[in-house]
This record gives sequence, structure tokens and C-alpha cells, in this order.
Amino acid sequence: MTFIKPVLCIFLMPLLLIACGDRESNVVQGNRDGILHYGNGAEPQGLDPHVVTGVPENHLIRALFEGLTVKNPITLEPEPGVAERWEFAEEGKVITFFLNPEAKWSNGDPVTAEDYVWSWNRALHPETGNLYAYMLYPVFNAEAYSKGDVSDFAEVGVKALDARTLQVTLNAPTPYFLQLMDHYSTFAVHSATLLKFGKMTDRFTPWTRVGNIVSNGAFTLDEWLINRRIGMKKSTTYWDRDKVSLNGVVFYPTENVVSEERMFRVEQLHRTEVVPLEKIPKYRAEENSAYIQAPYLGTYYYLINTERAPTDNVKVRQALAMSLDREKLVRSVLQDTAVPAYSITPPDTLGYYPPKTFSYDPERARQLLTEAGYPNGEGWPGLELIYNTNEAHRKVAVAVQQMWKKELGVDITISNQEWKVYLDSVSQRDFQVARRGWIGDYVDPNNFLDLFITDGGNNNTGYSDPVYDDIVLQQAPRAETREARYALFYKAETQLMEQMPIIPIYTYTSKHLVHPSVEGLYPNLMDSLNLKYVTLHPGRTLEAANEQ
Amino acid sequence: MIAETDQLNVFDEAEAGSSLWHDAWLRLRKNKMALFGGAVLIFLVVIALITPWIAPYNYETQDLDLGATAPSLAHWLGTDIFGRDLLTQIMYGGRISLAVGFIATAVALVIGVTWGAIAGYAGGRVDAVMMRIVDILYALPFMIFIVLLMVIFGRNILLLFLAIGAVEWLTMARIMRSQVQSLRQQEFVEAAISLGLSPAAIIRRHVVPNALGPIIVYTTLTIPSVMLLEAFLSFLGLGIQPPATSWGLLISYGAETMEEFPWLLIFPGLALTLTLFSLNFLGDGLRDALDVRGSKD
Amino acid sequence: MLRFILSRLLQAIPVILVVITATFFLVRTAPGGPFDSEKAVMPEVKRALEAQYRLDLPIHEQYFAYLGDLAVGDLGPSFKYPGRSVNEILFSGLPVTAELGFYALLIALIIGGTAGVIASLKPNTKLDYIPMSAAMIGICMPSFLLGPLLVLVFGIYLDWLPISGWGDIPGDKILPSITLGAAYAAYVARLSRAGMLEVLSQDYIRTARAKGLPEWQVITRHALRGGLIPVIAFLGPAFAGLLAGSFVVETIFQIPGLGRFYVQAAFNRDYTMILGTTVFLSTLIVLFNLVSDVIAAWMNPRLRAQFGGGQ
Repeated sequence: MTFIKPVLCIFLMPLLLIACGDRESNVVQGNRDGILHYGNGAEPQGLDPHVVTGVPENHLIRALFEGLTVKNPITLEPEPGVAERWEFAEEGKVITFFLNPEAKWSNGDPVTAEDYVWSWNRALHPETGNLYAYMLYPVFNAEAYSKGDVSDFAEVGVKALDARTLQVTLNAPTPYFLQLMDHYSTFAVHSATLLKFGKMTDRFTPWTRVGNIVSNGAFTLDEWLINRRIGMKKSTTYWDRDKVSLNGVVFYPTENVVSEERMFRVEQLHRTEVVPLEKIPKYRAEENSAYIQAPYLGTYYYLINTERAPTDNVKVRQALAMSLDREKLVRSVLQDTAVPAYSITPPDTLGYYPPKTFSYDPERARQLLTEAGYPNGEGWPGLELIYNTNEAHRKVAVAVQQMWKKELGVDITISNQEWKVYLDSVSQRDFQVARRGWIGDYVDPNNFLDLFITDGGNNNTGYSDPVYDDIVLQQAPRAETREARYALFYKAETQLMEQMPIIPIYTYTSKHLVHPSVEGLYPNLMDSLNLKYVTLHPGRTLEAANEQ
Repeated sequence: MIAETDQLNVFDEAEAGSSLWHDAWLRLRKNKMALFGGAVLIFLVVIALITPWIAPYNYETQDLDLGATAPSLAHWLGTDIFGRDLLTQIMYGGRISLAVGFIATAVALVIGVTWGAIAGYAGGRVDAVMMRIVDILYALPFMIFIVLLMVIFGRNILLLFLAIGAVEWLTMARIMRSQVQSLRQQEFVEAAISLGLSPAAIIRRHVVPNALGPIIVYTTLTIPSVMLLEAFLSFLGLGIQPPATSWGLLISYGAETMEEFPWLLIFPGLALTLTLFSLNFLGDGLRDALDVRGSKD
Repeated sequence: MLRFILSRLLQAIPVILVVITATFFLVRTAPGGPFDSEKAVMPEVKRALEAQYRLDLPIHEQYFAYLGDLAVGDLGPSFKYPGRSVNEILFSGLPVTAELGFYALLIALIIGGTAGVIASLKPNTKLDYIPMSAAMIGICMPSFLLGPLLVLVFGIYLDWLPISGWGDIPGDKILPSITLGAAYAAYVARLSRAGMLEVLSQDYIRTARAKGLPEWQVITRHALRGGLIPVIAFLGPAFAGLLAGSFVVETIFQIPGLGRFYVQAAFNRDYTMILGTTVFLSTLIVLFNLVSDVIAAWMNPRLRAQFGGGQ
């Protein structure tokens, strides 16, 4: 046994040494220096607005760049960004943006209307391969240009009338177009900088690296260490710099949610991207809790293949939908971090409330299943539910499997699939029931309802209804008022939910831990943050918040 | 002296094998720790076999309103977040884990020992080619391999055993080869060669039994790591699917909630630890029992 | 000996080539492509992307183009991280993972080796069972369990050590190294105990003892050499495997190493990244297996004589 002592000593020595030194946490240091330490989820793909997609990238790009409009952090209504004002003409088909003369790139160049024409050309160019090119499709001829049917960008509906005036012509009045101007795929990039490192359409030049990148947002890139952190400094050229309180932000890739929560606990982060489900009750119970939950523009649902037995029968689909006790699922499995959903569009999508065509009704569900020819599950041919590997999806699937078994007497096999295999199964429609989620790109029912148009890229269910297509694609865009438009959407959605090509499960919420010293990270429906409103207040600590 | 013993065996081939195992059994019987380990393993296997008849609850039945509860009279080991009885889960999980552990390891053992013994014994070109094949398999990206298996063969529990066995045999082969290489130069093997025994007989009778020590040890280590690998593969979608479960999966779920519901981690962890310790005591006992030279002291 | 090493290095070339070829075609047969994402990708966009990454060429042309690039040391652009080359990502992660792996193996060798050797001296006594049981805990504690546990105890409850990062805060390398090393410590302990028992019963040890050498000299001078051969045979692949296996530890502790890329590249179907990490890893495996064979040969008196005599 004598050997144990020296071994222990060797290992405990460094431990003890460090225990003696008092480390200052990131949060304490950050509060003093005005630096926000931000847990940002996954490692970002990159920083090029026309190349990358994803939530972590969104946070980074929106700190570095600014669009023509920005969303109000609370109401999400468009506010002036690079454009100080805008005017509508021809019933909203033509929009003229007047750029702020103070809007500058980080190298001091003014942001011009010509920058937007060049950038939208890049964003839409068939060779760029921009996954979000469709964000600009409401613009006249944009879709044709992106598909290569129109080869001259001059035919696309965007013109620089002069250095500070940008005129955009749309296919049809598009109520949500101003919102799209706050999406990074419509942002301007600095053409001279890009051209210094390659062609306009190149996807992989080093123009976004530290020292190379020129941006126009509230912050500038200071440090970019792969898988470690991305540091930004307050911009000295940003037009609204007086409003920016932070001196800088450090973004950390925090893939492991359990680790992220622990980093927050030892004050290495001001804010986390998510919160592990199991930790939520504990945080909720605290007074002045660091836990912040807000409705989120996204729906969690199960896709149904309407062309395979037994789910080709609408009564089976309805029976499956009605036999799920969403209230119980949300309460026990999801710790009340979601809202039961009975339709695809989240409630209060800019004033739109979806229809509720059914409710939890096991009695009626059993009856429907009997009518479909499977009384008490007799003769049931089996059903497979697939989901991509993920703890939360597993939990929901396991609970759903049991509910169906208990209420309907039907056996369901559940299988998790590795992410790309799952995507392949869904796009090849090689499934019976598949887990799915949709997060809105902009706040408008259209973003959810056009998923299910015939042969839509994200439809994947085989659902096809000419009446539905007509309402969503033809009638709604021509509606004169918001009320009329919403009424049409309501009608379409009612029709959709009666056919039940999907089983809505719940509406998402956004969940973060935010240190008490942080103010101005407003929760909103898009979980869209604008760091320019964030202020830090030293002296407020986690302990103090808990003891109050 | 050593050479003598083995030469005797050479002369009396028919009995040599059986007497080796017989002697080993006599020695093993004296090792209390090893016997204890063996008894525990047998107990676990028996429990696994009769689980469907003795499990206290149905392993699928949920009670969402109950949720995760600490051990109580109704649920001796507590319940998981779905309100399912943990003891039942562990019992059913043991069926999968023990099966995967033993079968996959057996696959790895057979391939690895054969491969390593042939390579080590043959030496030269054959050795070089065989060991380079091992190098190649080491280097192939495991994850892609798994995904492909999944797609080609679909989800199948047998496939899981094969996939794991196919990966685990590599290190086994390397260890076996290095053992055989050093044994080949020893007097008793050279004596056997000079007596004109066929290489297969020499490998089977003299080389493998003498190299068994490290192999047994490595095998006892492989079984628990295979059980954990199974959890990882099941996670990726190869192997078992909910509501079926295994110790590896229970442990990985438990690890996520170790602060909130520690029993969900501790009990499956104990089951795995118990198996591992039993295996190791038994493995050590077997190693000592089979050690021909050590026994001559 | 030199000839042995040279011939092994020559053998390495076909080995690596086979690995590259197999991987190249395997990744392309796996379902799902690098550009599939949750939101449907429009066909025109997909075509553009494939053109940008040479995926529109016939597969044999892609293959030879890749080999051509590889010959000049260019592993191509990453699909998942546009703007980053695979070379760049590899070289940013490599030093970190190598350092982590080195510490982990060092810990494994010190703890496991000590435990194993001590246990072998008095087999089947308390001196055997206690250190071996302690070492074995490591194997029941997979890193996804041990890591968070250490973080909880030393990082949060005791607040002694940083819980994430690598080289940012003093002491942040301790927990990940222990986590990664623990699993290997158990292997090393078991293998060294078995190897030592094997050797301790050999003639030359008895001879050495008969000559009246003190026991510790018998062990350090004679027994260790032969007794650690299985450990050495294990270490070669272990180090290479450690690089690939550090994924879990790197994720738990937010370490910017190579392991995360190695595993995630496969999930992302990032073809160039998978190939790049595989080329790199296969080179390492070949090298480390060679080194471990050389050391094993050097430690084994009989084999050494054979090499000395010029094979």
C-alpha cells in the first residue's frame, strides 16, 4: 500500500496549488471590462453571410453585420438599420430604401446601394450555391436568375438609383419582405474585400478571417480560434455606436449541453444557448432565476407518409393524432418547456392564431381506428417511427410509443437514425412516421403553410391538395388586408389538419440561462438577439440572486 | 523442466489437451476469488435468462405522472423519468449487455487469436501481410463503417455483435502475435517442430495454451468495453432500439442526470462493475490455472 | 534492425494507399451527402455546390484528382467549414490532441504500470487485489461518465480546477488528461500484471535470483523488460486510438482538438475532412505500431538477438 501515497501526492499537488490561487471568473472579469461571454451552441461553419446556414452562425453574423432593417428586439417589427427609412409604391410592390449616410464599413468606406446590388447578385448567383437564396425570391426575377433561366442580373428587380437609394421591385406585395432584410442571406458584403481574395461566387476564400474581414455591424472580428472561441470588439465605425454598451463579445462553441450548463454555474459564461431538461426544475425553483424561457417560432411534429399503409388512411392518421395526451407529455417528459400543439403554425404568429381542429380524445381515436379496420389494434400491420439521434427526440418517441400502445392497442417500432441517414430517409420518403421540426425563418404563417404545397421540398408526406395549394400560393398573396389574408390561411390550415399529413406535437420555446449581470438580452419569438442593446452590471452575482 | 513436460504432451497427444484443462480445473477450484467471480457470473446469466418470468414489472409500462422517483418499497431501485421500474430495466438490459458482451467478445477472440497466432507463428511475408491488414482495418474510419453496415444490413442485433467483434479483434490479434513470436523461439516449441508436428497442431497444442495469459486478461477487459461500445452504437441507431435497453444505455442516460437522479446512474453502474470484477477474478484465476510453467513451482 | 524499420516503412505506403482508396469510396456510398440539411436544398443550389467541390465529376476522376492533390500535401477544402482547409483544421487540432493523448498515456502508464507490477509481485494477496481493483474502476467508468463526475467534484463542488478549455486557464489540462488516461490505466495494469507473472516464472529470472541479485534489481533489470512486452504491443494502437477516442473528452471539456473533427466529419459527411483525418490517422497508426514493434523487439532478449544477427 505504500505506493498509493506518492501517487496520490503527485496528483494532488497540482490540484492543491491551483486551489490556493484565486481564479477570477470570466463573468467577473467580463463585467469589469465590458465583455460578454456567450455560449453559442455548435462550432460555427464560418462567417460568410451568403455561404453558411444555422443558428450559431446567425448569432455571429448578426453581431458583425447589419441588414437594411433590424428587428425590434421585443416586438420584432422592422426598425431602421442600414436603411434609415423606406417607402412603398405600387401597392407595396416597389420598395425604396434610403440608406443612412453614416452607415460605414469597418474600414471606413460608406455602405452604398451598389454594395447591395453586388451582394444580392452574389447571394442569388447560380454558382454561389447559397442555401438561403430563396429568401430573396420575392424579388422580381430573383428565382429565375438563381435557377439560371435569366442570366443578366440587370433584369432582377434591384437597382441602385444613387449611392444611397436602393429600389427593390417584388413579384407581388410581400408583407414580410422587410423582415427578410434582417436575415443574413440578404446582408451586404464588402465587394472590394471579397474580390481581393477571389471571385465573387467563391465559397472558400479567406476573406472572413481576422484581419481580412470588413463588416458593417456593431462589432468587428478580433479573434477566431477553431473550436475554442470567437472574439469581437466594439466597432468604431458603426453608425449607431453610441448605443452600443459592450466593449466586446466572446462566443464559445458549446456543443455539450451538460458542459455548457456547468460552465455557466462556475461563471465562465454569461449566457447559455440551451438548458438541459433535467436542470430546469432546479433553476425554476430559484428566486430571480437565471432561467429564461420564451415562446419560440417553431413546431415539433411527426411527418406521416400518406402513401404507405396503414397511414394512407386518413382515419388512422386522425386516430394517431387524437390519442396523444400532449398536455401530459409536455408536463412530464418536457418539464413544461413546450406548449402542446394541434396545428402547424405556432400561436400568435404576428397576430395569427391557428385553428384547433381536434383535441385529445382517446374514445374518438379508438372509434376512428375501428372504422379504419383495426378495432383495438387487431390486424394492425405495424408502424415504424424514426427520429434522428437525440435525447429529447428519444424521450418524446418513447412516451408517444407507449401512449399509442395504451390508447389504441397498436404496436409501434421506434428507430433512431444517424442524422444524415435520417435526412436521407425523409427526403426519399422511406419512412412511415418521422420526427420533424420547423423553425420559422420569418414571422408569418406563410413560412409554415407553404411547407405542404404539392411537391414542396419540405413536404415529404405525399400530401397534395389543389385547393390548399391555390389558397396558399394564389389567393393569400393577393389578399388586400392582413385580416383577409389570415382568414385564408386559417381556411387552408383547417383543411390541412383535417387531412392530417402531420401530427403536431408541441410548439417550441427558447431556453437560456442568463447571468443576472446581463440586461438587454430580450426574449422574443425568433430568439433573435441584438447585442447592441446589451448592458452589463457588475456586482450582480448568481449567489446574490439566489439569496434575495 | 518445462521442455520436458511439453515433450511428454507431444508424445501423448490424445490426453495432452484434456489433462491441461483437467489440471487447470483442479487449480482453479482452489482459487476462492475466481470461484466467487464465476458464481456471480453464473448468477447474472441465470437472472438474465429467467428475467421475463421474474421481473417485478413490465419493462414498457410507463407512469408519466410518477416520473423519476428514488428507491422505495414499490420500486426497489427507483424509477426512471418515464416512471418505469429501474430494477426491471436493469434486468432486461442485462440480457442484451451480457449477450453482446459474451458473443461479440467471442467473435473477436476467435478471429483475433487465430489471426495473431498464424501471423506470429508463420513470420516473414505472411506475418507482414497479415499485420498490415490489421493496420488497414485500424485506420478505416469506424463511424463510416458503422453507418454503412447499418444501411446494408438494416437494424439487426446480430449485426451489432458482428460489428463489435469485427472491431475488437484487431488489438487481440496484435497481442496474440507478439506472444506467439516470443514463444516460437522457446525450447519446447522448437522441440515440437523437430518432432515433425504439423504447424496447426503446434499452434493449437503448444502455442495457444501458453499465450493464453495475456489473452484471457485482455478478454476480460474487452467484455465490459464491448458493453459500453454497444451503448454508443445503439445511440447511432445500430443495434437495439427503445424501449429495449441495455446497461450501457442505462448508464449513459444516467450520466446525463447524475446530479438530479443519481440512482439512475449508480445501479446500472453497479451491475456493470459487478460483472467486470467477477470477470477479472475469474480471468485471473483461469490465467493462473492455465499457466503451465507457473504451476511447476 | 535498420533494414527491418526500412522495410516496414516501405510496407506503409501500400497500407496507407489502401486505406485512402477504401475510405474514399466508402464515404461516398454512405447515405446522405455533405450538403443535405434539414431544410430542403433546392436542386439548383445543390448542383452549384457540387460543382464548387468537384463532386460533379465522374467518381474515378474525383479519386485521381484527390490523389494528385494529396501528393502535394493538399487535403482540400472542408465541406462543412467553408473557408477552412482540411490542412488548417488538422494542424490547429493536432498539437492539442497529441498533448492530451501524451498526458493521458503517461498517467495510464504511471498508475497502471505501478499497480500492475506491484500486484504481480505477490499474486492473489491483498497487495494484488487492492491496486488491481482500483485500476479496474477506470474501465467501469467510461469517459462520458468519469469526465462529468470529475467536473462535478473538482470543478463545481470543490471549485479547485477549471472545467473547460485547454491552455486558457492554468490547471485546465488536469481533468481531461485524467479522464482520458483512466480507461487506459486499467488496461495497462492488467496487461503488465499478466506479463510480469509470465516473466517472473521464467528460467532467466530464476537464474538471476539464484545468482543472489536483490529482488528489486531482478525486477527492474530483468523482469520489467519482458513483462512489459504486452503493454508495449498495446500502446502502439492505443496511442493512435487515443487520438480518435479523445472525441468524448474533447466534447465534455470543450477542447479544440482533432478528435471532435474526426468523429463529426463522419456525421457531417464532410468527405475531404474524413479522408484528411483518416490519412493522418493511418500514418500515425502505422508509425506507432512500428515503434511499438521495435520497442518490443528491443525488450525481448530473444528477438533482439535475432535482429542483431541480421535477419
